[in-house]
Amino acid sequence: MSSRRDFLKGALAATGAMVGAGATPVQARDTYTRPPEAMGLLYDATLCVGCKACMAACKEANNNPPEFNTVDKLWDTPLDTSGHTFNIIKMYRNGTMLEKDAEINGYAFMKTSCMHCADPSCVSACPVSAMTKDPVTGIVGYNPDKCIGCRYCVVACPFGIPKYQFDDPLGRIGKCELCRHRHKDGHYSACAEVCPTGATLFGRTEDLLAEAKRRLALKPGTVAKFPRGRLRPATEKMLQGQADGKGEKRRHGWRDEPDQIYEGTVGKYVQHVYGEKEYGGTQVLKLSAVPFEKVGMPDLPPYSSAATSETIQHTLYGGLLMPIAVLGALSWVAKRNVKPDDGEEG
Amino acid sequence: MTTHTAPVPVGGPLLNKTTFIAGALIALMAAILLYRFIFGLGAVTDLSDGYPWGIWIVVDVMIGSAFACGGFSVAMLVYIFNKGEYHPLVRPALLASLLGYTLAGAGVIFDLGRWWNVWNMYWPWSANPNSVMFEVAVCITAYIVVMWIEFAPVFLEKLGLKDLKKKLNRFLFVIVALGTLLPMMHQSSLGTLWVVLGPQVHPLWQTPFVPALFLLTAIIMGYAVVLFESCIASSAYRRSIEVSLLNPMAKIMLGVVAAYLAVRLGDVIFRGVIGRSFHLSLEGLMFWLEMACFVAPFLIIGTEAQRRNPARLFVAGILLMLGGSLLRMNGFLIAYDTGPGFRYFPALPEILVTMGMFATEVLIYVVVTRRFPVLPREA
Repeated sequence: MSSRRDFLKGALAATGAMVGAGATPVQARDTYTRPPEAMGLLYDATLCVGCKACMAACKEANNNPPEFNTVDKLWDTPLDTSGHTFNIIKMYRNGTMLEKDAEINGYAFMKTSCMHCADPSCVSACPVSAMTKDPVTGIVGYNPDKCIGCRYCVVACPFGIPKYQFDDPLGRIGKCELCRHRHKDGHYSACAEVCPTGATLFGRTEDLLAEAKRRLALKPGTVAKFPRGRLRPATEKMLQGQADGKGEKRRHGWRDEPDQIYEGTVGKYVQHVYGEKEYGGTQVLKLSAVPFEKVGMPDLPPYSSAATSETIQHTLYGGLLMPIAVLGALSWVAKRNVKPDDGEEG
Repeated sequence: MTTHTAPVPVGGPLLNKTTFIAGALIALMAAILLYRFIFGLGAVTDLSDGYPWGIWIVVDVMIGSAFACGGFSVAMLVYIFNKGEYHPLVRPALLASLLGYTLAGAGVIFDLGRWWNVWNMYWPWSANPNSVMFEVAVCITAYIVVMWIEFAPVFLEKLGLKDLKKKLNRFLFVIVALGTLLPMMHQSSLGTLWVVLGPQVHPLWQTPFVPALFLLTAIIMGYAVVLFESCIASSAYRRSIEVSLLNPMAKIMLGVVAAYLAVRLGDVIFRGVIGRSFHLSLEGLMFWLEMACFVAPFLIIGTEAQRRNPARLFVAGILLMLGGSLLRMNGFLIAYDTGPGFRYFPALPEILVTMGMFATEVLIYVVVTRRFPVLPREA
């Protein structure tokens, strides 16, 4: 990684020198890390049964219309995420498809939705701050009232997540925002709320990462306990309802649910938590028994492209120092060469 | 340096075959755009979430604005490197640049999905200085304003506003300096736009050197367009070609091309990705096609004698315009891979709008050169 940075510095120094001032110190911006209270999801493909309840719940929670891809147009049948579909379960198939979670002659599921990157390209790309990352929860949120519809976020995302509603003259960008609009009512992400097996689990990313690593350490085929819904941290502040009986009991701001832990069989995991390091880390993490690139998760470096892009931008334009210096030099030269009667002579 | 002749209007009829065809294309474009604003981008384009940017951005804005660098390239030669002898080329080049940039700016609006929010781009509380797009947008807007001021003397002369022109002349050097700085900034940043795309762009194009590549090719395309336009304008208006000026300018242009090739090849070799260009793939083919467009001009106009031949200058100019266009098209469309399942080929209405944009440029160029003092007086 250091050689990559050195190269970047060299490239910038060269470009800087070309633009006219090589003296500006070059400081590479590091890839951001997740905020400590970052929220996210853990998707465990070995627990997913492909029921797609999460897709229906997502549509309802985000007030999205169904998308039809069959002749009868009876069911919501999106083929990919879109401006109107923020979450989808895709299927991997190979050969006879006899065994679940087998790479050869098997099948497997994979969830596609926003990864909520620690250092998101879409946020860096957005010229008008319509795409922002919450400093506390780390949720990458979208504000249609600022968005100009340039679709740079759509171009920039390596996961192909922000999508534009091309079918609508007033089209917006559509993407998962972890149901942040439901948090004030104590609800968490709808997909995790409804997932019957806990394949999609909501929680603090730090806790989810520990849970993922716990699962990777288990012996495949043995029986182990798996939580469902929301992953509770070891200690959680209980808020009782108000004295008059109004208000609900809350656990750390979330609605109080009974413990939902069940026993299940441990899958043959690939020993990798997808999202722990990819692109500097994401807040949505994934476990799978089929190699990740086979189920549509791109192989990404451990640093973000936003860091590279912003290093270039701020080296060239930081504090407008270089542009002002170059303008000064150009003005001085131009003053000598632009004759006052230019264009009138002859 | 005041030996050259002052520019004069060409005169002649405004209604002819060229302006008629241009007018028809513009009317067609207007109809398509009306449809686009009522029914949305999906109704007239082949855009998808895999290819969210099509030719309206890559051709009309990225390539269109690079073609419009003639004013910048020639003004830099005249006012910064003090080559006063090229002065007769400044006004026509500046006019083409003014039109190219103004239309590129309009083209952006056609492509914006939520154009009514565009004011956020200039609203300090919405600004995102980390965004390359923000820098490009603000810089291009400023440059369009600066170019209109730079070109204002032409209108002031025509309207006989001598006093105002004198006042403007006193500050013209600042405007000229800004007119050199701003294109340097945004033409390089247009390339930086694809850095944040990361591994989605093929390694033959994804490099931190891309701002330098875009800046150098914008300068090259600026000179190439001047060659192209001088030849076209001469044949259309039956004027003699300014070979005495174009010849040495083409030599300077070749120097910039040599510098570009050194940076481009040095970059792919140093990063160890040159081998990827020999893979049997569309990307490999496009890389060498792009390179060929920059190398061939050395064979076509490499010698003094060759550069005295207007036909050779014309062909070399077209090749370099094509090379710079390919660099932009390759990085943003052909070597951009967002994942399987997506294809893009511009839809007919998209192509017609792009043609309409170029037709608008031609129409205004003809009207202005015939009625305003832009082209040098015929000797």
